[in-house]
Amino acid sequence: MTSILYLIGISLCLGAFGLAAFLWSLRSGQYDDMEGAASRILFDDAPAAGPQPTPPRTGTPSAT
Amino acid sequence: MHCGLPAPAGRRFCCPGCAAAFETIQGLGLGSYYRERVLDPAARAPRPESAERWDLGRCITTAPDGTHAMTLAVDGLQCGACVWLIESALGREPALASGRVNMTTRRLRLTWKGAAGDAERFVGLVERLGYRLVPFDPAALAAAQDRTERQLLRALAVAGFAFANIMLASVGIWAGFVQGMGPATRSLLYWESALIALPAVAYAGRPFFRSAWAALRHGRTNMDVPISVGVLLVTALSLSQVIQGGEHAYFDSACSLLFFLLIGRVLDHRARGQARASAEQLLTLRGGDVAVLQPDGSTLRRAAESVAPGARVLVGMGERIGVDGVLERGETTLDASLVTGESLPAAAAPGTPVFAGTLNLGGAITVRATATGGGTLLAECVRLIEAAETRKGRFVVLADRVARRYAPAVHILASATFLWWWLLRGAPVGQALLTACAVLIITCPCALALAVPAVQVIAASFLFRAGILLKSATALERLAEVDTVVFDKTGTLTEPMPALVASPGPDALHRAATLAAASRHPLARALLAAAGAVPAADCVEEHPGQGLSLATGAGDIRLGSRAFAGDAAAPGSDGPELWLAVPGAAPVRFAFAERLRADAVETVRALRDMGLEVHLASGDRAAAVARVAETLGIDRCQSDCRPADKVALVERLCAEGKKVLMVGDGLNDGPCLAAASVSLSPSTAADISQTVADVVFQGAKLAPVATVLRVARRARAVMRQNLALSFAYNAITLPIAMAGLVTPWLAAVAMSSSSLLVMANSFRARRVR
Repeated sequence: MTSILYLIGISLCLGAFGLAAFLWSLRSGQYDDMEGAASRILFDDAPAAGPQPTPPRTGTPSAT
Repeated sequence: MHCGLPAPAGRRFCCPGCAAAFETIQGLGLGSYYRERVLDPAARAPRPESAERWDLGRCITTAPDGTHAMTLAVDGLQCGACVWLIESALGREPALASGRVNMTTRRLRLTWKGAAGDAERFVGLVERLGYRLVPFDPAALAAAQDRTERQLLRALAVAGFAFANIMLASVGIWAGFVQGMGPATRSLLYWESALIALPAVAYAGRPFFRSAWAALRHGRTNMDVPISVGVLLVTALSLSQVIQGGEHAYFDSACSLLFFLLIGRVLDHRARGQARASAEQLLTLRGGDVAVLQPDGSTLRRAAESVAPGARVLVGMGERIGVDGVLERGETTLDASLVTGESLPAAAAPGTPVFAGTLNLGGAITVRATATGGGTLLAECVRLIEAAETRKGRFVVLADRVARRYAPAVHILASATFLWWWLLRGAPVGQALLTACAVLIITCPCALALAVPAVQVIAASFLFRAGILLKSATALERLAEVDTVVFDKTGTLTEPMPALVASPGPDALHRAATLAAASRHPLARALLAAAGAVPAADCVEEHPGQGLSLATGAGDIRLGSRAFAGDAAAPGSDGPELWLAVPGAAPVRFAFAERLRADAVETVRALRDMGLEVHLASGDRAAAVARVAETLGIDRCQSDCRPADKVALVERLCAEGKKVLMVGDGLNDGPCLAAASVSLSPSTAADISQTVADVVFQGAKLAPVATVLRVARRARAVMRQNLALSFAYNAITLPIAMAGLVTPWLAAVAMSSSSLLVMANSFRARRVR
């Protein structure tokens, strides 16, 4: 019987943690731009500031 | 090389703007952009155009700590690489605190510290990369800012959490009935459920309670009334059961009800919010802005509403006039097709009154703004629209029509059950009340409330991907009822740009196109469109209001008006024209005419095949209207219509009991778009028409008119199936409930399975023949 009490408590805590995480992500605007977020991860961070030499071209550019 | 448009042979760039953009990008070390990007043929090519100076000051908001913020619409976003390029380029600006592009809404939000004037530098940088930026008015943005959606999502999360955790306990309790669970354990699990359910219902139910309360206060009922009554009763009843140590509690039913209903609400809200945001974006990019001439001779762009009477406004070639006024300087030809429906351009000299919405075909002119506010033609149209819209407010959506009959019926059945058990069967009051509540629970319109919004969301997002924006939530249902279609001619059945109809030959066309490539004049653009990719000649000189010239060894090659390059003695034409004069040869003529949209004939035929009555109402002359009507096989047509005549036509049709769909684009169509039961506008339409129209469609084709009607009819069929399905569920379970045999697990299974079935069925709304 006491084990049920513990288990209920644990499951509720885990659920509440998930809920809190969702509410936090909602508040911080992570659901505002679903489309952008999907493609953003595909790009590296911008190279460090300042002009840089043009990287050598490995292939033909995608458009003329 | 930069914009993806064909470049002249032997050169890497099509224009100096693209060359500069390429340099800028390489200079910033962001050259990998060209490898990563995927050009979207539907989007505007990232080609830098002549920079316009904006009156940015009005659009910047400043926080008390000195942080400035501004939101701009971005035109020309192609893919994720563009977002990366803009953000990385802006990242080089040390003054900028953040510059983030939202790809869903295609907006750029900038925040920075320091001088407010820095904004121009940031905007200039992005514009040099080839994107067009238009600032949003912060007042309009604040009104549109969407707090409701977040609120609904929070409620959904809470309801989902409660539903899952209570279900966990409930399954245990149900198993306990078979395996023999002790009353102490069951009571513990019920108390746990109550502890979760009470706050969850109080929080997640608020959207329904609020709406139900608002409806009741005005003496009406809507679907939220039985939902609220059901949820509150179930919760209260279950609580009393738990306190008394009873066998059955229905917390899981209350929470699953809220959870499924909130899914429908959130989807509904999101789809409509997306459509509204896209419509706003279109309107902002098309710009209701005008270039106001400053005392020092420079120009500053600002919104047309904020221009004071007496201000002098510069209107460039091919630009739309933004204010009502008097032509002060310059001679030109004006195309008033959007205002009056007249397809022939008319000449204008200083002193001619001009109206907002008119297209300037000739050279740059200066207009002195006169009456703003009540006296303008625009305001006149707005008044007519407002009058017509109040008449349209009477439409009652299907869901509310059902709710009006359903809610009383459910409450009467529950009361009847209570009275029957209590008076006739002599059951104790508590027992009778419990049975009556079971009736309420089992008939609680869970699937019913999902039946309509689920279909709407699926149909709307399908249309959204096809470039059709539903701006009004009830548009789909109103579209399904349509039996009469009224078309405007100019710009709706015909293409927004004139087309070349007579050309002296390919050589002359090619030569003329090399000159025309240097100009933004609509006729030059039409000529270029007909000639295909042609390199622009260097050193072309533009003579405003007259034409273009190119100096060669043998003399000037001229392309332009009859007076500038043509043969004055040649017979007149009934459409716009361009003349090409090459030294040593007789001038030759290019004639233009409005052209029907490519699929206009098929679309009109398809509409007739669907059993619709097709009308044509145009402000153009009888001959032009008759010609179009004949081509399309429309026998009911009306020409020389003023806005009021069109409204009269639509109202006459409505009075005959017809459901009228109006398709139009002009300023003069605005009132009648509002008067019709439902209205469509192409995205090239006048601002005001797009604002009024229930549906806006993009692209050069007319087919969306037929598509949207098909989807709407399909959606209505699926909605009716859904309603029938959920009624069938209720018809089976209601007798069980009235007989007092419903147990919590039966209620939960019935509720969840009917909701899932209705949702699954809704996906069929996408399948259109």
